[in-house]
Amino acid sequence: MEIKESYDVIIVGAGPAGSSTAKTCAELGLDVVVFDRNNEVGAPKRCGEGISFNALKRLDLDIPQKCIAQAIDGAYAYAPDGKEVKIQFEGTKGYVLERKVFDKWLCYQAAKSGAKIISKTPVTDLILEDGFVKGVVIDVHGQEKKVYSKIVVAADGVESMIMRKAGIRTNKSPTLVDSGYQYEMAGIDMRDPHMIELFFGNKIASRGYVWVFPKGEHEANVGIGISGAHKEKKAKEYLDDFIASHPGLAKGSIIEVNAGSIPVGGLMEDMVGNGIIGVGDAVNQVNAIHGGGIPEAITAGKLAAQSIKLCFDMNNFSKQVLSEYNKQWWELRGKHLKNVEKVRETVENMTDDNLNDLADVLNGEDLSDFAHGKNIMKLVKIAAKYKLKGVARKLGF
Amino acid sequence: MMIMSVLVNNSKCVKCAGCVSVCPKDALALKSEIVCDEKKCINCEICITFCPAGALRIKK
Ligand SMILES: Cc1cc2nc3c(=O)[nH]c(=O)nc-3n(C[C@H](O)[C@H](O)[C@H](O)COP(=O)(O)OP(=O)(O)OC[C@H]3O[C@@H](n4cnc5c(N)ncnc54)[C@H](O)[C@@H]3O)c2cc1C
Ligand code: SF4
Ligand code: SF4
Repeated sequence: MEIKESYDVIIVGAGPAGSSTAKTCAELGLDVVVFDRNNEVGAPKRCGEGISFNALKRLDLDIPQKCIAQAIDGAYAYAPDGKEVKIQFEGTKGYVLERKVFDKWLCYQAAKSGAKIISKTPVTDLILEDGFVKGVVIDVHGQEKKVYSKIVVAADGVESMIMRKAGIRTNKSPTLVDSGYQYEMAGIDMRDPHMIELFFGNKIASRGYVWVFPKGEHEANVGIGISGAHKEKKAKEYLDDFIASHPGLAKGSIIEVNAGSIPVGGLMEDMVGNGIIGVGDAVNQVNAIHGGGIPEAITAGKLAAQSIKLCFDMNNFSKQVLSEYNKQWWELRGKHLKNVEKVRETVENMTDDNLNDLADVLNGEDLSDFAHGKNIMKLVKIAAKYKLKGVARKLGF
Repeated sequence: MMIMSVLVNNSKCVKCAGCVSVCPKDALALKSEIVCDEKKCINCEICITFCPAGALRIKK
């Protein structure tokens, strides 16, 4: 495929953030190319593949059946002592996706709108001139090639290599990034193949949880996220122990191994530079409690494209103009995600006893509210009641 | 002189690039496998702690 010398916009990464930015840029009349290093867009997946109906509605995405593995009605959350909270109402319904198909479908939409997507083409460096990012260096089947643009979009996921090369730090200290490991399993028995299951407890997953996201009657993503700074035991070891102690899972097969890091903090005030803008995991746009980043990536892509268009309208590609994106994103998503982050910090500091107590006094709706950064006052009251040290302060009260 | 570098065990590595994301010195990169730049690495072991698969160790 012919790669031109220059484009209006170069996007690094064809995940949800990159394809969403590409689609909107193309719709706004810009000449846009997306480079992805993988042979196949969407693979390997690094994801539990869950998405809620609310998120799909918010994104105005009408996804085809082929992207959906399983419809989900709600969730069971288990406290360390096994006590359960059932979370089931309108806001908890959703899908477990077939992420590889979904990511490709997002790329189909971008390509249909006029964006060019080129896989198996890693970006190895940035072209920096006069304090501006002016393009990228790509590796085309072993040959280096420079490609120029007015704007480079860093949509390269958690690694954030592109932002770093532009000299922008992305707050990825190990306490702000969860270490995740997951198996896609088959031939397992679940309590209810239309309910997600979440297992809490410091023995199960230090400062995190194990999830079971059904993909069929006997298939599921079974995964874990723990603090990236946890030294005693690896995410994989926790997960293997968990599976071994659950006969319904232990009898199954592992058909795919996934791992990855999940930014669960470190939201950035400033996600732009001269000629560069960051979207998705690259700039930590993730719900800090449930780790959902797909909807955030897509929303941010749309917003980024609007600010990029503004640059072309003004013929000014500076940080000042791109900063409009910071403003828009913080207004639409940032404030909300910041609240979620606060709740997470609180829960993270709880002992198993605290978690058991919480399961006693909370109902499903509370839990879902907390996961969406709502109703924080209630958590503050509970924190006070159980004398959870420093919790209220952490929440900013 | 002590070498500052980490070694990856490719039979354990899942190529998730988590280690790359947390390295404070940008010493790691995911090429066809994880590679560590000895000139940048400071042996802080953050990546080793982070790796969900236990695939990294200090190069001795
Ligand atoms: C274990 C785990 C479970 C998760 N579960 C969920 C979930 O259930 N629901 C949910 O919504 N989110 C979940 N997430 C988060 C979600 O996967 C991410 O938030 C989402 O993929 C972010 O999209 P993105 O486009 O920013 O990045 P990515 O999807 O990571 O895409 C980045 C793309 O950039 C490409 N790339 C990287 N570097 C380069 C380069 N140098 N040159 C060219 N291409 C490059 C990569 O190949 C990749 O295709 C989970 C994450 C993990 C790790
Ligand atoms: S974090 Fe571990 S499994 Fe992931 S790429 Fe690095 S060495 Fe491999
Ligand atoms: S030991 Fe520290 S500096 Fe060296 S590669 Fe690992 S995280 Fe980076």
